[in-house]
Order: sequence, then C-alpha cells, then structure tokens
Amino acid sequence: MVGHTGGPPVLTAGGVIADIEHGEAVRAKHLYGPEMRRRDIMVGLGALASHEASAATFPWLSPDLPDGTRAEAHLVQIPNKQPLIQLSDRPPNLETPIQAFRTGITPNDQFFVRYHLAGIPGARDLDNWKLEIGGDAAEHPARLGLQDLNDLPQNEVIAVCQCSGNRRGLVQPHVAGVQWGNGAMGCASWHGPKLRDVLDRVGIKPGAVEVWFGGVDEPVLPVTPEFRKSLPMSKALADETIVATTMNGSPLPLLNGYPVRLVVPGWTSTYWMKHLSQIAISTIPIDNFWMQKAYRVPAGMFAVEQPFTSQNNEQTWPITEITVNSLIASPIGGEQVDRSGFTIGGVAWDNGSGIERVEISLDGGKSWQDSLLDRELGRYAFRTFRLDTGPLPRGAAELRVRATGNNKQTQPDVWKANPAGYHNNVPQRVLVTVV
Amino acid sequence: MRPLMVRILLLACCVASPALAQRAPLPPGPGKDVVEAACATCHSLSYIPMNSHFMTPDVWKSEVTKMRAAFGAPIDDDAANTITAYLAAHYATAPKP
Repeated sequence: MVGHTGGPPVLTAGGVIADIEHGEAVRAKHLYGPEMRRRDIMVGLGALASHEASAATFPWLSPDLPDGTRAEAHLVQIPNKQPLIQLSDRPPNLETPIQAFRTGITPNDQFFVRYHLAGIPGARDLDNWKLEIGGDAAEHPARLGLQDLNDLPQNEVIAVCQCSGNRRGLVQPHVAGVQWGNGAMGCASWHGPKLRDVLDRVGIKPGAVEVWFGGVDEPVLPVTPEFRKSLPMSKALADETIVATTMNGSPLPLLNGYPVRLVVPGWTSTYWMKHLSQIAISTIPIDNFWMQKAYRVPAGMFAVEQPFTSQNNEQTWPITEITVNSLIASPIGGEQVDRSGFTIGGVAWDNGSGIERVEISLDGGKSWQDSLLDRELGRYAFRTFRLDTGPLPRGAAELRVRATGNNKQTQPDVWKANPAGYHNNVPQRVLVTVV
Repeated sequence: MRPLMVRILLLACCVASPALAQRAPLPPGPGKDVVEAACATCHSLSYIPMNSHFMTPDVWKSEVTKMRAAFGAPIDDDAANTITAYLAAHYATAPKP
C-alpha cells in the first residue's frame, strides 16, 4: 500500500487499493493474500473506465429507482463499448441506456453486462479455451475447440437476452439485489451450432435428466459457490437452444461471454452461460446455490409452457420463461414533446409465443389504442412498434404501454410481488410535458 | 438522441474523476474499516449505496448473514455485528413499526 494518509485502505478493483480521500489508485496485494484464487488479478472496470459522469440528472435514469441507486449509478466508457450505466464495477454490472431500444437489434457495443462473481477472465485467459463435455450420462466425453463448433451445422436465432432481475430497481417496495432499471436486456442475432448437435458429439445415455453448464468466470474466494446452471433435457435439446460463437455477426464481446455463450431463447439470461467451458450431461438434478436457492419464484405464480420439473419444489420453482413485456424508448420520461403530435416507439417481447399486440395509452391508462407493429424479426426477438399520437393538449401527459403475446398473456396492472424482485412487467409509465 | 449523448460525453470529460470503486466514499463512523475490508474482498462497495435507503436494519442483517452462509465470506460474529451496525446506521430505512 502506498501513499496512504487518510482513512483505511479500500480494496477495490482486484488488487487496487484506492486511497479514497486523495483519489489515488495504486496496485497492491490483496488483504486476504493466499486465500485468493490466482485469477483474482481481475480488474474491476473502475480501473479501465475513462469517462464517468453522474447519471443522477440523466433523463433515462428512472425516478422510481432507489435514491441510493440514483446517486451511485453513472455512465462509464470502457474499451469496445459505448457509454453504459455502471451499477457496480466489480463484478461489472452495466446497464444499456434506454435510447438503444429504439431498434430491434441491440448493438454489441451497447449490450448490457452482468456478472455475479468478480473472477472474470481477461482475453489472454481465454487463449487456450476449450469446451469440456462429459457427465455421467455422456457416452464418450470430448474436448472441443472453436473450430469443432464451427464444423457443426450452423444456426441463427434472433433472441432477447434479459436478466431475470431487469426492472428490479423499479418495484415497490424495493427489494435487495442489483437495482436494474429498464436496460438489463438486449436483442441480438446469435449464431452457432445447436446445443443438441454439440451434445450428439459425445452421445447421450438413457436416463439423462439435465444438462449442467459452467463458464470460465470464478468466485474470488474458493468457498463461494461457482456459478453453475442447468437445463432440463427438453430445453437443452430444443431447436432454438444454441452455443453461440458470434453475436450480430461478430465475435462476442469479452464482457458478453467470449468466445462462446449458451443461448436459451425465451428463458431469462441466468441460463445463458458466458465463457461456456464445461457441459455435463447428468442423470441427476444439479444441487447448488445458483439453482436451488437463487433465481427462484413462488411455485405456480408465473405460468410457464415448459416446466422445469427436476428443479421444482413445493414452495418455489426456478425462474425460466420471460414474461411478456414492452418498453417505450422514445420519448423518454421527463422530455418535452410537441403538441402537434409526436411518434412513440419502442420494443415488445415475450417467451417466444411472439407479440400479437402492443397498446399505448396517452392518458395514464384511461384509454388505450393499438400501435403499429413492425415486421417480426423472429418470435424470440424484440418486436418494434410505433404510434403517431396526433395533436395533444398542452401540459403533463402520462404515456403507458402494454403488450400481449400470441399466447394471450398480457402485462398485469399490478406486479406479482416475489422476494427476489423478478418478472417486473407492469406497464411502463412515461411522464412527458406537451408544449 | 446522438447530440445529447455527445453533450453528456463532453460533460463527462469535464468532470472525469479518478477511477474509484464507487461514487462516494462510505461515510465515517464506527465499523467503516471493517465494512471496507470485508465487503470489498469479493465485490465493489457500490453494492451498499445502490441498495439504499430502503432496507431495515433486520434486512441488512440478513444480507450479512447471506454473505457468510451462502457465499462463505470469512467474517466472524463480531465483525458481522460491526458490519450490520454500520450498515444499519448509514444505509437503512427506519424499522417498520
């Protein structure tokens, strides 16, 4: 530790001791020394970010977020990304600004970033990356490289990747967790072999019940549960589930799972394992914190088309399918709009049934009218919509948006409260001033 | 929206600050050093202000317990009590009546 004269040192971005009072950041050893894993050289984004500005005054930071979140969130500029809203730097949790949702495809350099554990790989850590496939229900385990994946039949799916906790920060009363606003989601075109074809390379024995997944990222402390997830065989073998080697036609950004990530269309992104490096075909359900304690919703609260029965218990089910939702990305809350009329635009999405209808209210939910839906990019994709308002009276106006899927599910007026703050899909409210 | 983004970036350049783990230092008070050393081992301190001010002291206590029980944070009972008291003093809402 160097040049420390103020309060106690603060361990911040892996190995960086920040002298808060004097704004100095210097490299130093970890406080916990030998207990740390080798890869706890990981660099929190604070050390990489070049531009920061308080987001508290930005119009896209919802007034519904906790006051502490509004003070803490700020824009960061990190390599190969446009400015994102940083909620934490270690591990990095970065949200996409709402303006990015005016189109159906979210650019790679605006795609949100979410990690649970701070031991994230650097690019050099992935030089020798391989995908290990085994498990007690694998016929003959194998170790595949990127070329092996590229040699399998290739598929493409345009799908929404949405964090289970997207919009957690907007629920009332607030619940603990990463206080996401609207931007813990994105839609990309994912390309790669079907998971089914990858599993066929090793052969699936009778009796397989789940496929388990692990990535290269690690916890800081060896005692912390590694982030491992599983899928039921039905979803693992589904046509839409792929091992993505590219995203929007380019290699995946490092912070979005390079070199490959699992893509599970219709399901929340907790299953979309980044830096995918381990697959196990198993005759037993995985038993760990990340499946059996975290990412759970009250049993039966949210209807699903494909149950994950091997992970259900009497009280809770694992969160799985995305609930129908929509977002107005233009105008943005707090903006002034023209009384001669303006265009409302945004995106709607669901679990893959596809969007049938997007309604908009210009009067705080008293009356609703249908918006125009643009061409569907795919049933798992964002569906863009727009509505020309026509003339409006001057003064405050509250816009709302409500989507309905082909499965007739629609956004509820009241959030189905659950302890972890998942599936917040009440119609978004946008307050504007007509001038 | 591009012009707005450009304006914000220009603003950002003017106020660019050293890379710190969170926006503002934790407020002074008993236990601050323990909180910083224990919590920042695994995650940036920004998780604390981000989750304020809406948790009761009891909810903060359960969060500290979760860090120990679920994630294996190497914190003994004394340190856990110190951390909980600090978080309750600076980042909690009033207990429900």
